[in-house]
Amino acid sequence: MNQSYYNGFNSRKRKQEYKTDLPVMITPEVKEPGSILSSLSAYIFKPWHGFVILFFCMVSSSIAFGVDDNAKSSIAEVLWRWMPLLLKGFIFNIVISICAMAIGTAAGAALGLGQISLNKWVRRVSWFITQFFRNSPWLVLLFFAMFLLPFEINIGGLAIPLPDWVKAIIGLSLPVMANVSEIVRGAVVSLPSGQWEAAESLAYTRRQTLWLIILPQCVKRMLPPWMNLYAILTMATVLASIVGVSEVMTLTGQALAAEGGRTDLLAPFYSFVLLIFFMYCYPIARWTVRLEKKFSVIG
Amino acid sequence: MESFFEWFKLLYDNTGINLPFLYDSYDRDRMWNGFLMTIKLSVVALFFSIIIGIIGAWLQNSPLKWTRRIVNGYIQIFRNTPPLVQLYFFYFAIGALLPKVSNGYGGEVPILGGFAWAAISLSFFAGAFNVEIFRSGMEAVPKSTTEAAEALGFSRLQIYKDITLPLAFRVVLPALNNNLVNLVKTTTLAYAIAVPEMLYESNQIWSDNVNVTEMMIFLLLAYFFLVGILVWGMNRWERSLKIPGFGT
Repeated sequence: MNQSYYNGFNSRKRKQEYKTDLPVMITPEVKEPGSILSSLSAYIFKPWHGFVILFFCMVSSSIAFGVDDNAKSSIAEVLWRWMPLLLKGFIFNIVISICAMAIGTAAGAALGLGQISLNKWVRRVSWFITQFFRNSPWLVLLFFAMFLLPFEINIGGLAIPLPDWVKAIIGLSLPVMANVSEIVRGAVVSLPSGQWEAAESLAYTRRQTLWLIILPQCVKRMLPPWMNLYAILTMATVLASIVGVSEVMTLTGQALAAEGGRTDLLAPFYSFVLLIFFMYCYPIARWTVRLEKKFSVIG
Repeated sequence: MESFFEWFKLLYDNTGINLPFLYDSYDRDRMWNGFLMTIKLSVVALFFSIIIGIIGAWLQNSPLKWTRRIVNGYIQIFRNTPPLVQLYFFYFAIGALLPKVSNGYGGEVPILGGFAWAAISLSFFAGAFNVEIFRSGMEAVPKSTTEAAEALGFSRLQIYKDITLPLAFRVVLPALNNNLVNLVKTTTLAYAIAVPEMLYESNQIWSDNVNVTEMMIFLLLAYFFLVGILVWGMNRWERSLKIPGFGT
């Protein structure tokens, strides 16, 4: 009784010491300006992050392995054999995502500036285009681009072929464009109007105000949502497999078919695809959070 | 009504604009069922994703370290992997591990069909985002409010249920709105595992009639319309829930 009373008392006391909210007692946490590694540590992989997927992968594969007793070659072996092909497919995914992001950003920036134009009609049309592409499903837009673009374009007798992956890039860049447009508009609107007024009082023209004062400040604000969008786009590149582009998901299906449709391989292969996407997108997500914290206005 | 449908038949004969889902009763049924399926899938996934979000946000504030870690792991995994791969993983990998049941005709069917897996996978996907959204909303509730509730003898669950959540709900509605719109758009992925929703049925129709352009434009408008209704409803709800003086 006594013992437990004292223990409880002690632990409570310790807790109180630790959690004091007297301002003078709080020691400020000094971040050491350490090496790159320590500054990276905020968004570097913690072992348990990948561990969960790995655990899942192993458990599911071992269960499946147990079910199938006349297994031909072990799952790890098969996965290892197909890994180079799958990774090549994944690189293709990244290429698609980067191209679509580049096109989408360029078009979206133009559209976003259109949304803040002084001309009423430019503003309305850009607003409508933005809303239209933002509110339609990515997969439908991808189908849209896939089926409605010609397989080659003739420009003055010169035939430029449009392979399906180029169409996929165009199809994916449409929603990206709309989202970037909203990001640009949001960033410009979020700036205090004093910036515009100050520039006006210093006799800047509208174009000068926009290029020299407003947009440079916007870049900082636009970066985190833009990176977020990139992560979403990278995850959306898998959709291209539905319309027949040979990226990682298509290749996974083909590899599974080539192995003779063994059901015990399904879980490991799909977890592997999940894992590579996780390893690519997770650092981006962490970095985004860090940038958001860094750029957020204190107070 | 019939004459209205007949008009589209005339439109096709005269201009070549082929909208079989209006004049052909078979295609009309298919399209209508697809539309209902999309709504059904959206509503089921919406419901469960919000439940997951609420429970997840509660667990994320749990005093147990491992509960928090598992919830965080769940969020990070589902946020950073493609929803389509998740869907395939659930449908093909986990679906293959589950036992089969016999149907009435002597054949064997999986316990969970395409619709169930699509609903499960979409709920988990959107739920991961909802947990984060609800957590951010709970952080926006002033600390003094929870402290006051504690002082009045509320338990942790009561504080969450009766005080934090209702207040947080009003803060998170815009973000939630955004995520739910995304969810409705993501239901098209169910196409990949042959759930007969709107995209799937449209695909069937354009395969039969070779009218890709018309179907595509109709599909885009249909989703635009669906999302529009959702956004309108959520905005109305947001306005009706508003407490004067709370939030911005």
